[in-house]
Amino acid sequence: MSDRKLMAVSGVNPPLPGRGMLLISRTLSSSMDLINEFFEWFGDLGIFFWQVVRAAVTPPFEFRELFRQLDEIGSKSLPLVALAGAATGAVLSLEARYSLTRFGAKSLLPAAIVFSVIHETGPIITGLVVSGRVGAGIGAELASMKVTEQIDAIEASAVNPYRLLAATRILACILMLPFLTLAADLCGLIMGWVAQALVEPLSLHQFINSGFKGADFNDFLPPTFKTAVFGLIIGLIACFQGMRTQGGAAGVGRAATSSVVLSSLFVILADVVLVKFIIIFFP
Amino acid sequence: MDTIDQIAMKPGEAEEDGTVPVVAVEDLHKSFGSQKVLNGISLTVSRGETLAVLGRSGTGKSVLLKLIIGLQQPDSGSVRIHGQDIAGLALDQIGTIRKKMGFLFQHAALYDSLTVEQNVAFPLQHHKKNMSKSEQGDRVKELLAEVGMEGDLDKMPSDISGGMQKRVGLARALALEPDILLLDEPTAGLDPISSAEIDDLVLKLQAEHHMASIVVTHDLHSAKTIANRLALLNEGSVVIEGNFEDLRKSDIQFVREFLKHS
Repeated sequence: MSDRKLMAVSGVNPPLPGRGMLLISRTLSSSMDLINEFFEWFGDLGIFFWQVVRAAVTPPFEFRELFRQLDEIGSKSLPLVALAGAATGAVLSLEARYSLTRFGAKSLLPAAIVFSVIHETGPIITGLVVSGRVGAGIGAELASMKVTEQIDAIEASAVNPYRLLAATRILACILMLPFLTLAADLCGLIMGWVAQALVEPLSLHQFINSGFKGADFNDFLPPTFKTAVFGLIIGLIACFQGMRTQGGAAGVGRAATSSVVLSSLFVILADVVLVKFIIIFFP
Repeated sequence: MDTIDQIAMKPGEAEEDGTVPVVAVEDLHKSFGSQKVLNGISLTVSRGETLAVLGRSGTGKSVLLKLIIGLQQPDSGSVRIHGQDIAGLALDQIGTIRKKMGFLFQHAALYDSLTVEQNVAFPLQHHKKNMSKSEQGDRVKELLAEVGMEGDLDKMPSDISGGMQKRVGLARALALEPDILLLDEPTAGLDPISSAEIDDLVLKLQAEHHMASIVVTHDLHSAKTIANRLALLNEGSVVIEGNFEDLRKSDIQFVREFLKHS
């Protein structure tokens, strides 16, 4: 008979030295599980990415589906991206005016708006808006196809689902993000000018001349094209989360939510890295 | 040596006369986590033959079909299609073999964003690129007429009944003129009249196309109607294989119970 049992039989309450250890062991075990899941997720994502790349570069190419996705992801996101860009431009103009006036640098307002919009707010707002609209859409669509065996049916029809569903969507995201960013930039700049012109008369010509003074392609191209990386992240994560879904309606909901959350998170993290990269290589 | 394309596209003479199996499953094992689903299954199906795989729900019947078409990978054992072991083949390589296989999913798995016509045209658009649009359209109409759905070309899958969805799924499965047809619970969830219609349709298609068919079902009446041979599964293994009379005469307790409750 064990010591604990003997003590229990003799009416003595057994001491509890094991409880603390048990708690630590459980915490360690669940932490290890979380770490394992974290690395497993990255491993699976890497394998998925490799399968998509392999499918994308080998014929037959799914041009028809690609064009459909360019329309779905590009044209249909345009109104929302333009609106978000415009609102950001207006807010930026109002806020910057107040701050710059306080420091006696009101004349720098057009340049502050232009540089803020094309360097950072235009690209990041586009990335986040698209990750919300397109990430959720792709995640939910593919998850729904997965749980209703439509992806299996595509595979059973001898069509590669990585090529038809994933490669086309990811490529469309990569191609459309820079164009959507241009639209967001344009709307942001116009609304930035409008917000300023409403307070103090200023022609568009003056605003552009003053704002773009000293700007060159290095100010414009790298921040715009960095959104292609955002497109890769949004497309890849949304397709991955959608195509690995399990369970019914709840699984579809989880896939849509996780697509948005993870793609937004990785877009923000990638932005930090890319900004540093641009500062180093395109000073 | 024949390439995968040649093997898949040209059934040999021995297969044509039914002496060599078109589908050969050997000692197949499959588990999901700690749950053992298939435990050493061996089956063969020849050209022109229909094998019904029977068993209780959750005995791995649908998993067996998915292993045969390569949608899942076995833990061990082999699946040979036209003599070619499909284990470990890359997606595009197995695609060549799948072109000669038709699969009807349990819930039809029609593409819900496409019309009935587009669903049936899907395999043709991807694999019959030498066919013109009008030829593809004619072939789709022909296939839908074969399953009695020629009047519903423009309907969406959500607008038609479960039985109709299965018919469309069957037309899609036949689009590439397969020589192997895999049917997963073709009559599940259907009323008796629709079930009988699907059975008749499968019999008609079988007579016309002379395919090797595997039908997974728990509907004994349907299995008796459409299959030449039956295999009863229990706990991941084949309990008995033979015609309906063999099952009826069996002394195995599980077989008796299954027949009693069917």
